[in-house]
Amino acid sequence: MTDASNTVSITVDGQPMTGTSGQSIAGVMLASGLRSWRTTATMDRPRGIFCGIGVCFDCLVTVDGVRDVRACQRQACDGAEVTFQRDGSAPTDRGDLA
Amino acid sequence: METYDVAVIGGGIIGAATAAELAGRGQRVVLVERDRVASGTSAHCEGNLLVSDKGPGAELELAKLGNVHWNDYRHTVREELGEDFPDVEFEPKGGLVVATSDAGAEGLLDFAASQREAGVTADPLTRTEAHQLEPWLTDRFTAAIWYPGDCQIQPTIATEANIALARHRGAVIREHSEILGAVRDTSGRITGLRTSSGDIRAEHTVIACGPWSRDVAERLGADIPVSPRRGIVMVTAKMPQRVFHKVYDADYVGAVGSGDTGLMTSSVVESTQGGTVLIGSSREQIGFDDRFRADVLKAVAGKALKLFPFLADTAVIRSYSGFRPFLPDHLPVIGSDPRNPGLWYATGHEGAGIGLSLPTARLLADVMEGVPTELDPALFSPARESLQPHLIERISA
Repeated sequence: MTDASNTVSITVDGQPMTGTSGQSIAGVMLASGLRSWRTTATMDRPRGIFCGIGVCFDCLVTVDGVRDVRACQRQACDGAEVTFQRDGSAPTDRGDLA
Repeated sequence: METYDVAVIGGGIIGAATAAELAGRGQRVVLVERDRVASGTSAHCEGNLLVSDKGPGAELELAKLGNVHWNDYRHTVREELGEDFPDVEFEPKGGLVVATSDAGAEGLLDFAASQREAGVTADPLTRTEAHQLEPWLTDRFTAAIWYPGDCQIQPTIATEANIALARHRGAVIREHSEILGAVRDTSGRITGLRTSSGDIRAEHTVIACGPWSRDVAERLGADIPVSPRRGIVMVTAKMPQRVFHKVYDADYVGAVGSGDTGLMTSSVVESTQGGTVLIGSSREQIGFDDRFRADVLKAVAGKALKLFPFLADTAVIRSYSGFRPFLPDHLPVIGSDPRNPGLWYATGHEGAGIGLSLPTARLLADVMEGVPTELDPALFSPARESLQPHLIERISA
């Protein structure tokens, strides 16, 4: 049973995804078939949901421009823009240094 | 009864390294651990292998040896345990120590000069050079010294690696075994241990119980004045790397060397291979009280922001605390106890045990075997003069 008032629409890396109202962002992504959205720092191994209860911080995403949001803990809100964090090495140019 | 040459008590990095070293020399070794191996201080620390925070003297010499040993040891781990064993994450990343006041600058430059005389590379940097090493470092610093000899290791994996090496070399690891008392012969020599999982016979017993060493010594009828000195570490979310070395405030050196029992904080910031940033440090002597303390975290965080203002916008995902094994004369105790024949100590390394573990194990094994040592064992002996006022029963030289 799906009707408009019972669904939530977000974008994930620019792609529209629809879930059920009340679902976490991770829930929407998993239900849409997405298993992994981050890679490890040294080995580039895929990461997504590990604990699912807010402890492991493996599922971090950026939501509406704010980094380090746990996808498993954040309820999906209509129109939320979820992007992935690709944390390779180093913006070494700080810009404001003389 | 199970019979061994050496019983090592304690499954942290010191006990693990000691068991691995002795087993590697052909000794029959049992390691007895109250809980599980790598469950205490060695799993609640940062894995620092520092020369930068040590002034000239015995501990610095042991630390210099330690960093050489670790550099070789990671290859030993690989060769003996194979490719499947996790990497110990040895990183010769170097340390950058900065002063944030004029008085601090003077103290830091003098300290670095004394270290250079002791053979430590400790290079004063210009502002530009410091910012080339750490682009995100504050502009508000008054002096900076670069210590290329500072290294880091993943301490829990390093401990597990030593346990695995000990096993591989034939040692027996007994977890969940609590020490109940000593078995002595008619002369009073300790010849074995009574444990919650049965008695053990051993020619030598080594106490390597970190901050719990005093309690274990008491159970064996001995005394060693080790007490816990708590520290906390905050862990940030993973982030693009913006901290590239160990970076700490020159206040840290004063805090390490202090015997103050109140709360002391000083800033230590570093990134890990996993992408998180570790933020320390605190020192307080409050027994084994491990309750969460927001005021300590606040003080530590405030000082870290002075070094790296960008941290204000990063998420802290957790914190942990651990207990350093503190000895009142700031030197580890490595050697036998003449008051209790058969009993040895390898403990009291305070915040430096990870780095000092390998040379500690070798020194103890060399003395036990009666072969030449890398450093003068009298420096670390329980019979040293500086420890005598703190013992219940003095050791006469």
